[in-house]
Amino acid sequence: MWELIQANRRKSIILFLAMGLILILLGFFLGETFLGQGGGPFGIFIAVIIWSILSLVSYFAGSSIILSLSNAKEVTKDVHPQLFNIVEEMSIAANLPKIPKIYIVNEQAPNAFATGRKPEDSVVAVTAGLLSQLNRDELQGVIAHEISHIINRDILFMTFAGIMLGAIVIISEVFLRGYWIGGGSLNRYKNKSSGGGNEQIIIMVFAMILAISAPILAQLLYFAISRKREYLADASGVRLTRYPEGLASALEKLSQNRFNLNSANKATAGMYIVNPIKKTGMQISDLSSTHPPISERIKILRGMMHGVDFADYQTVYNKIKNNSEKLIPDSGLKNKIDIPIVTQIKDAAKLTKKEEQRKLGDIVMNVNGYNFFNCKCGVTIKVPPTFKSKSVKCPRCGEININSAN
Amino acid sequence: MSAFLIFVIVVAVVAMYAVQIYNSLVRLRNQVKNAWSQIDVQLKRRHDLIPNLIETVKGYMTHERDTLENITKARSAAVDASSVGDKSKAESELSGALHKFNLVVENYPDLKANQNFLSLQEELTSTENKISFARQSYNDQVLFYNNKIEMFPSNILAGMFNFTKEEFFEIEVEAEREAPKVKF
Repeated sequence: MWELIQANRRKSIILFLAMGLILILLGFFLGETFLGQGGGPFGIFIAVIIWSILSLVSYFAGSSIILSLSNAKEVTKDVHPQLFNIVEEMSIAANLPKIPKIYIVNEQAPNAFATGRKPEDSVVAVTAGLLSQLNRDELQGVIAHEISHIINRDILFMTFAGIMLGAIVIISEVFLRGYWIGGGSLNRYKNKSSGGGNEQIIIMVFAMILAISAPILAQLLYFAISRKREYLADASGVRLTRYPEGLASALEKLSQNRFNLNSANKATAGMYIVNPIKKTGMQISDLSSTHPPISERIKILRGMMHGVDFADYQTVYNKIKNNSEKLIPDSGLKNKIDIPIVTQIKDAAKLTKKEEQRKLGDIVMNVNGYNFFNCKCGVTIKVPPTFKSKSVKCPRCGEININSAN
Repeated sequence: MSAFLIFVIVVAVVAMYAVQIYNSLVRLRNQVKNAWSQIDVQLKRRHDLIPNLIETVKGYMTHERDTLENITKARSAAVDASSVGDKSKAESELSGALHKFNLVVENYPDLKANQNFLSLQEELTSTENKISFARQSYNDQVLFYNNKIEMFPSNILAGMFNFTKEEFFEIEVEAEREAPKVKF
C-alpha cells in the first residue's frame, strides 16, 4: 500500500513540474511581448507570484473554499447515522488515522467527493440525492471510493492541480485580452526597435500560440491523470469493501441520474465520483473528459469474478480495455493477498419513486435542522427550526404534541 | 590502513542497515498491536449493544427464548475469552448466534416497524461490519509483519530480538462470513 502511495506521489510531482513548466513558459513569453525585450524574466516572476499566492490559499483554505463553493454543510451523526457508520467502517478498513469529517450537499443529483490536505484532516461530502437513492451496500461502495482518494493522497493533489490549471487559464486569458486591446502599443514597440523587429514578431506569434494552447495542454494533462485516479480509487475501494457489486450498482444508479448538480463547476468537476456536469448538445470527446466512461468502470467491476485484489482489477482492466497499460504500479501488485469476494444478501426492498422523494426531503430537512417527532397516531411531524411554538397540533388526529426542540 | 578504513565503512553500513530493519520490525509490530486494539474496541462495543438489543426485543419475541439465551451465553463467553485463538472462536459463536437471530426477526413485522429497534439494528450491523473490517486490516498487518520476520535478512534480527509471529484472526464458520452483511 505504501509503495502505491509513493508511486502516486511521484506521478503528482511529474505532473506538477510539467504544469509549472507551462506556467513559466507562459510568463516568459507574456513578459517578452508586453514589456519588450528582456521582459521575460519579469513575466516569469509575475506568473510564479500569482501561482504561489493561489497555492498558499489552496493549501490553507482549499478544502473550505471547495466545500463552501459546493454548498456543503457539516452534519452530526443524528442527521444520518447510517452514513456516519459507513464512513467509520471504511476508515477502519483503510486504517485511517482519523475519521474524516462528513458533509452533506442539499442537492438531488447523486454524487460524492473527498477533499482535505492529508488523511488526518480530510472531508467526505455526499449529496442528499445519493443518500436517498442508494442502499447500504452501494453507499458503502461509494464511500470506499472516496476514502481511497484520501489514502492514495489524491485529495491535496487534485486541489493543487486544479489551482495550477486555474492560474494557467487566468494568465492566458489576460494575455489574449491584453493583446486585442493593446494591439496598438505592440506595434509601437515594433516601430521603435529598429533591428529587433523580426525577432519581436516571432516572439509574439510564439506567445500567441502558447497562450491559446497552454490551457488546453494543461487541461489534457490534468484530465489524463484524474481519469487514471478514478480507476485507481475504484480498485482500492473494492479492495476495502471486498464487494465490487456494491460500487458497480451504485455507479449504475448514478449514471441514470437526470438531474444537474448545480453547485459543481469545471474546476471542481474532477473531484466528484462521476462527472457532475451533464453533457448538453455536443458530445464531449473522450480525451477532454475528467472521468472515464461509467459504463467501462462498471464493466471492469462486474468482471472481477475471482477476487478483489489490485492484481485482479489490473487483469480485468486490461481485458476490457484490450491493452496492456499499467494502471497499478508493480509495487502494488506484489505482496499479493488472496482476497475472496464476500457474497452479500441484496436487500429486496426497493424504494418507489415516491418513497425516494420522501426520503430525500427528510434528509434535506434534517440537514437544515428540522425537528422530527412521532405523534401517537403514527404520523411523523417535521417542524422547521424557525417554528418557535411549544406545541404542535397533529394534522391527522388533532392531538397536541410538545415540540421537543424548544 | 586503507583496509582498516574499508572494514570500518562496511561495519558502519551493515550497522545502519540493521538499525533500519530493526525499526521497521518495531513499526510493523506496533501496527499489528494497533489493529488488534481496533478489533477489541469494536468487539467491546458489540458486547455493550447486546443487552440493549435483548431488552428491546424481549417483549416482542416471547417464543424465541432459546435464540435470545444463546446470544446472551455466547456474549458472556466472548467477554471472558482472553487469548487471540479463544477470542476468535468465541466471537465466531456470538456472530453465529446473531446471524440466527437476524433470520428469526423476519417473522416479526411489528418489531421491524419499531424505530428504536431499527436504529439499534443499524448500530449492530455497523458494529458487525466494523469488526470484520478491523479484522481484515489486522490480518493484512499480520501478513506484512510475519512476512518480514520470515524473510532474509530481517529474519536474523527478528530471531536476535525475539520478534515472534502473530496469529491471524480467522473466521471459522462459513455462515459468519456473511453475517456482518445481512440486511435487516
